[in-house]
Amino acid sequence: MELYRLTIHELQEKLEAGTVSAADVIAALYRRIDEVEGKVHAYVTLTRELAVKQAAAADLALQRGEGGALAGVPIALKDILCTRGIRTTCGSRMLADFIPPYDAAVVERLRDAGAIFLGKTNMDEFAMGSSNETSYFGPTANPWDTDRTPGGSSGGSAAAVAADECLAALGSDTGGSIRQPAALCGVVGMKPTYGRVSRYGLIAFASSLDQIGPFTKDVEDCAIIMNVIAGHDPRESTSIPAAVPDYRQFLARGVEGWKVGIPQEYFLAGIDREVEASVRRAIAVIEGLGAQCVPITLPHTEYCLAVYYIIAPAEASSNLARYDGVKYGFRSRSGRDLLDMYKKTRSEGFGAEVKRRIMLGTYVLSSGYYDAYYKKASQVRGLIKRDFDEAFRQCDVIMTPTAPTPAFRLGEKTDDPMQMYLSDIFTISANLAGIPGLSVPCGFTSGGLPIGVQFLAGRFEEEKLFQVAAAYEKNAGLEKRRPPL
Amino acid sequence: MDYEPVIGLEIHAQLLTQTKIFCSCSAKFGGAPNHHTCPVCLGLPGVLPVLNRKVVEYAMKMALATNCRINGECRFARKNYFYPDLPKGYQISQYSQPLAERGWVDIELAAGRKRIGITRIHMEEDAGKLMHDENGPASLVDLNRTGVPLIEIVSEPDLRDPEEAVAYLKRLHETLVYLEVCDGNMEEGSFRCDANVSLRPRGQSAFGTRAELKNMNSFRNVQRALEYEIKRQGYLLEGGNQVLQETRLWDDAQGVTQSMRGKEEAHDYRYFPDPDLVPLVVSDDWIGEVGKSLPELPLAKRERFTTTYQLSAYDAGVLTSSRALADFYEETARLSGQPKIAANWVMGDLLRFLNEDKRNIKDSPITPAALAETIRLIESGTISGKMAKEIAEEMYRSGRPPQEIIAERGMVQINDETMLAGVIAEVMAKNPDQLAQYRGGRDKLFGFFVGQVMKATQGKANPQAVNDLLKKALS
Repeated sequence: MELYRLTIHELQEKLEAGTVSAADVIAALYRRIDEVEGKVHAYVTLTRELAVKQAAAADLALQRGEGGALAGVPIALKDILCTRGIRTTCGSRMLADFIPPYDAAVVERLRDAGAIFLGKTNMDEFAMGSSNETSYFGPTANPWDTDRTPGGSSGGSAAAVAADECLAALGSDTGGSIRQPAALCGVVGMKPTYGRVSRYGLIAFASSLDQIGPFTKDVEDCAIIMNVIAGHDPRESTSIPAAVPDYRQFLARGVEGWKVGIPQEYFLAGIDREVEASVRRAIAVIEGLGAQCVPITLPHTEYCLAVYYIIAPAEASSNLARYDGVKYGFRSRSGRDLLDMYKKTRSEGFGAEVKRRIMLGTYVLSSGYYDAYYKKASQVRGLIKRDFDEAFRQCDVIMTPTAPTPAFRLGEKTDDPMQMYLSDIFTISANLAGIPGLSVPCGFTSGGLPIGVQFLAGRFEEEKLFQVAAAYEKNAGLEKRRPPL
Repeated sequence: MDYEPVIGLEIHAQLLTQTKIFCSCSAKFGGAPNHHTCPVCLGLPGVLPVLNRKVVEYAMKMALATNCRINGECRFARKNYFYPDLPKGYQISQYSQPLAERGWVDIELAAGRKRIGITRIHMEEDAGKLMHDENGPASLVDLNRTGVPLIEIVSEPDLRDPEEAVAYLKRLHETLVYLEVCDGNMEEGSFRCDANVSLRPRGQSAFGTRAELKNMNSFRNVQRALEYEIKRQGYLLEGGNQVLQETRLWDDAQGVTQSMRGKEEAHDYRYFPDPDLVPLVVSDDWIGEVGKSLPELPLAKRERFTTTYQLSAYDAGVLTSSRALADFYEETARLSGQPKIAANWVMGDLLRFLNEDKRNIKDSPITPAALAETIRLIESGTISGKMAKEIAEEMYRSGRPPQEIIAERGMVQINDETMLAGVIAEVMAKNPDQLAQYRGGRDKLFGFFVGQVMKATQGKANPQAVNDLLKKALS
């Protein structure tokens, strides 16, 4: 088998046995990248030299028996995570040449665990988008059909894992930006509980919603990555000092006797027929494992999108104010004075979707509108949280489709922001409620496009997601397919 | 018509914490430009703020010292505006849920005491500084000050004239410095004041339209700016014109206020709760702990000094003008057992020496122990008052203890009556003419004999003893 096709746990067995070296794997992966990257465009920046050095160090450490939890494991990083000395663009012209002087907390953790960084993956500009089409560096293609989008905003990370251009990747999820592309690319993607993984060094889009999480080829790999990146960070005030269990311990426990909630609001209009059928089959699989699937209600679901598109742009309008051309990043050369420099820098440095959301956010925070929009949205957000609190009194986990449709065509929704926003309809609620969610592949459409099913759990109950997703993955009986690249 | 001014003050005080409010950079004034910075205070992409609890403690001290109620839960909010000295494009401040509210302080006026209400005290971060080169093509930004902790203290519109405003300002200044939470340096900007001023016909309860005054960096400028602005608004109203709601800058050189921006150009700061900072919970235990750590405040200390040490109100005022001076005085009074004499020495020679050198009491080369010892030596008659003055000067110059100086200079006073009687007899024998004249009625010559005795003893004779013995010998 080609080394680039390995999962993390498969690679780790080989590394431990000494039958392959990290250097071999890196070489294989860059050959694979050279072969398919022209079609996929998953990466913005490749870090070959760094990877070769890290691989050599990892091999040395492994020989000495001193390798960390991810020694020699090649990983790709969404280009929203600050990497010391490595360009971090956030998919924007504004940061096209920005080289951070510090590492994000998760990058530190991965480095310390011995992981190897292959490169920085493409994304929607400042994570605003659901198709990777707002990237200043051009869109990423879906490895299963290169005329289609990989989803977004972490589309580069999802596509890189799906196309075997890395073993795993990190992404960020503000309204579904990990889970939706995971579903559309046929990989596993998890958004942890808000506060579980440090946001320090994650370039902020919407601070109360952003969360970093892994993309992997299977559920076990997802648990392996989470074991490394989860945990308290004193540099983040919203990081929670709760103990992190060994998530791998939960993979084989099964779901017998569990109650799995099926929210009726997630199976209504707009959902693709094949997606719904596939998710219904997944529900049947879960029932076959001894869990009881019960109908539940999340009554404020219809407000999720509206609440999200007030809170996220409001926070973004403030978070993105620092890109003013004064200290770093892009500065327009034609500014006549300070105000003109600000206006031109921000007009030229940001793309259309980012500007749309900055304007939206500025508007909803304006004096005279704050109460009607931001404050009201915050109140409804409280109700949405309460919906989940009540639901989790009746069930262990909730099961829904991850996205309403399979991967759509590049350009199909770029002129219709509302249609684009609707592709996150099933994922946004978890960000608003701060709960963890995991998308796992559950089949293919007749056209050969992947479909994902989403599991949701209560705050800091990631282990339940691993338990149910691993049980499902093992028993789903899905045929093993590879993208036709 | 008779108009009544209505004044409210907004004071910004930099807190004397070691580190900044949301990162661990030094909060010290100065330093090479941009040296006290890190990714957090530079506002780099991806960084997050973590609240310095010392800032909360210092802010709470001021809140308790000004009788404010501290809220059990408060929040930080973002104040959004663009300026090159503000690297994030927003200032982290507090808005609808400040740390403390509804306080007051008393000020002393010629007409008696007046209570001034405090609306709120909140915490926020300072911005950086711009340096404009008139001839250069660009302005420079120094972000050392970015993230230095501030408290903003907002008064009720309870002040009625510039004197009251300055008295209130001085009271807050003194309190902050006493609490050792702010150095109070107005020139370096660690204590800054903005004023809201309006006029209304006397007897009317509704407020007039107000102007906000900025850029007054001394007590004197606050006084002058308010006086000017009250006159300006008075002329406008008298002339049937309206006062515009606007922000005005004090121009120190010209002695006028000038419009900076009108109501239409006022910023919409789009305040909203900062999602990066969790609500701050202040427990009663914490408030109690901070309350216990409060030092005695100036007003209470002043009252205690007048009753305990029998000092005049004026002396008590001088000696409590700073906590360090008051501590110095109390220590000297305690060690010498002579509170009134100690007050005279501290306020007299010591403050004169220090003022001449523009030195702080904290840097005084004379210690309370040394000064108290000197006082005791006078009281015991070991040295004369004149010697003590000389000793004090030497102690201030060299920092050496009095005994050492006395020993070195052989300054011990001669109290031995037999010895002095001998000297007197000698002086009388040497000056028979003067003795005859004195005995003939020229009383003025008494001083001559005293002088001769002092000369013969090189000034070491106890003047009182010389007086007594001479009177007996000459009669």
